[in-house]
Amino acid sequence: MSSASVPAILRPFQLIGRTVVAAFREVGRMSAFAAGVLVACVTPVIYPREVLRQCLKIGFYSLPVVGLTAVFIGAALALNIYTGGSRFNAEQFVPNIVVLGITRELGPVLAGLMLAGRVSAGIAAEIGAMRVTEQIDALHTLSAKPSRYLYAPRVLAAILTLPLLVIVADIIGVMGGYLVGVTSLEFNGSLYLKNTWQFVTDGDIQSGVIKAAVFGAIISLMGCYQGDCSKGGAGGVGRAATLAVVGAAVLILASNYVLTSIFVRVGL
Amino acid sequence: MLELRGVHKAFGDKQVLRGVDLTVAPGQSLVIIGGSGTGKSVTIKCALGLLAPDQGEVFFDGNLVKGGKSLADLRRRTGMLFQGGALFDSLLVWENVSFALIYRDGVGRAEAKKRAIEALAKVRLGASSAEQRTAELSGGMQKRVALARAIIAKPELIFFDEPTTGLDPITADAVNDLIVQQVKDLGAAAITITHDMASVRKIADEVAMLHEGRIIWRGPVSALDNSGDAHIDQFVHGRAEGPIQPSL
Repeated sequence: MSSASVPAILRPFQLIGRTVVAAFREVGRMSAFAAGVLVACVTPVIYPREVLRQCLKIGFYSLPVVGLTAVFIGAALALNIYTGGSRFNAEQFVPNIVVLGITRELGPVLAGLMLAGRVSAGIAAEIGAMRVTEQIDALHTLSAKPSRYLYAPRVLAAILTLPLLVIVADIIGVMGGYLVGVTSLEFNGSLYLKNTWQFVTDGDIQSGVIKAAVFGAIISLMGCYQGDCSKGGAGGVGRAATLAVVGAAVLILASNYVLTSIFVRVGL
Repeated sequence: MLELRGVHKAFGDKQVLRGVDLTVAPGQSLVIIGGSGTGKSVTIKCALGLLAPDQGEVFFDGNLVKGGKSLADLRRRTGMLFQGGALFDSLLVWENVSFALIYRDGVGRAEAKKRAIEALAKVRLGASSAEQRTAELSGGMQKRVALARAIIAKPELIFFDEPTTGLDPITADAVNDLIVQQVKDLGAAAITITHDMASVRKIADEVAMLHEGRIIWRGPVSALDNSGDAHIDQFVHGRAEGPIQPSL
C-alpha cells in the first residue's frame, strides 16, 4: 500500500511497520550471509595460504595495540581496586581481582573492541573497495566464490588468532597490575605473583578464550558483511567501515553478557 | 554460442533493460554501442550471471543458464575484461593473470607462473612486470594485464567492458590491436561494449545499438555509416541533436 493511500492518522504505524520489516530483513540477510561463510569455513575448499596471510594481518599486526591496551588497563585496574579495597581493608586482594577481571572480562572484551576498530573496519574497507571496483565480480567470473576465497579465510583467521591475542593480553594485563602493585602500592613482587597464580583457575582462562573466539567471528563477519553490501564509491566504503565497527562493538558487548550468563549457569 | 532472450532488468523504479534479444555466434565479434546509462554493462552482467534478470533467459551453447552447473560451465569457458581492469591489488601481476589456473583449475604455482609470463608476453608485457604490484602499473599496462587474465585459460567467448576507456588514443589503439589479435588467435567469440567509435571500427564484425533498454539496430560494421537509422547516425557522428537525449 503506498503512503498516499494510507490515512494520515495511520502513517506513524506504517512507518513503525516499515522500520520493523526493514530491521528483520537486515537481520535475515546478515544471518544468511554468516551461515554461508561459516559453512565455507568448515567445508572444502579452504585456502591455507590465504588463512595464513590473514592470521598475520589480523593477529600478529594487532599485537602492539592489544598489548598496550592490556598493560594500561591492568595498571589502572590495580590502582582502582587498591583504592576501593582500602575502604574495607581489602587491599591484599588486588592481585586476585586484577587477574579475575583481566582474564574473564577485560582481556577478551577490550581486545575485541580494539580489534573491532582495527580489523573490522579494515576488512569492511578492503572488501568494500573490492566491491565498488568490480574485483568481487571478477572473482565470480574467474569461478572463485568470494565466501571461500575472501570471507572464510578472514573469519577463520580471526577465530584462531583472537584467543591467542587474548592470552597475550591476559599476561600483559596481569603484568601491568604487577608493575603498579610493586612500584606504587608497595606489594611484594613474588607474593603478588604467587597470589595471582594460586587464585586464577582454568575456567577463568577458558571463559576468556571462548569469548575471544566468538568475538573473532563477530568482528570478521561484520567486516565482511558490511564490505560486501557497500555501494556508491568512496562514501559507500566509508559508511561500510563505520557500520562494521559500530555493529561489531555492539554485538561484542551484547554477546559478552549472554556468554557470561551461560558461563555462570554452567559453573565455568 | 550465446543468446539473450527478452532480458528485463530494473533497479528499484528504474527499468534499465526492457527485453534485450541478442545472439553471438562462435568466432563472431559483436560490439554493443549506446549512450551512457542505457544498460550496456547491465546486459553483459546479466549474460555472465553477475546480475539476475527479472525476466528473460540466457542460453549458452543452446543450454539454459540457470545457476549451478550451467553457470559454472559458462564462466569456465568465458573470459571478461572489466572496465577498470578489476585487478586484485593484494596480488602480484602474475598471480592476477594466473588466478583461474591456481584457484579454479588447481595448477601448481610454478607452472601457473610460467603460463602467466607467456600470457603477459602475448599482450607485450615483459617477464619483469610479473613480479610487480598492480598499483605500480600505468592504466594501459593494467588493461593489458587484465586482457592477459581474460585469455590465459583459452576461453571460447570473451566479454570486453569499455576496454579503451581512460586511455590515450595511441594506447587505446594498441589495446584494440591486442584484442583483435588475441580473439583471432584463440578463435573465440567476443562481445564488447564501448563508446569509442575507433574501437568499434577496429574490433567489430557486427554492431548492435542499445537504446531505452532494447536492441534497436544490428548490422555489419560496414553498414554503420549508411544504416538509415537516425539513432545510429547521431551516435556515430557524436551529435547532441537527434532522437537520443544527452544524459546530462
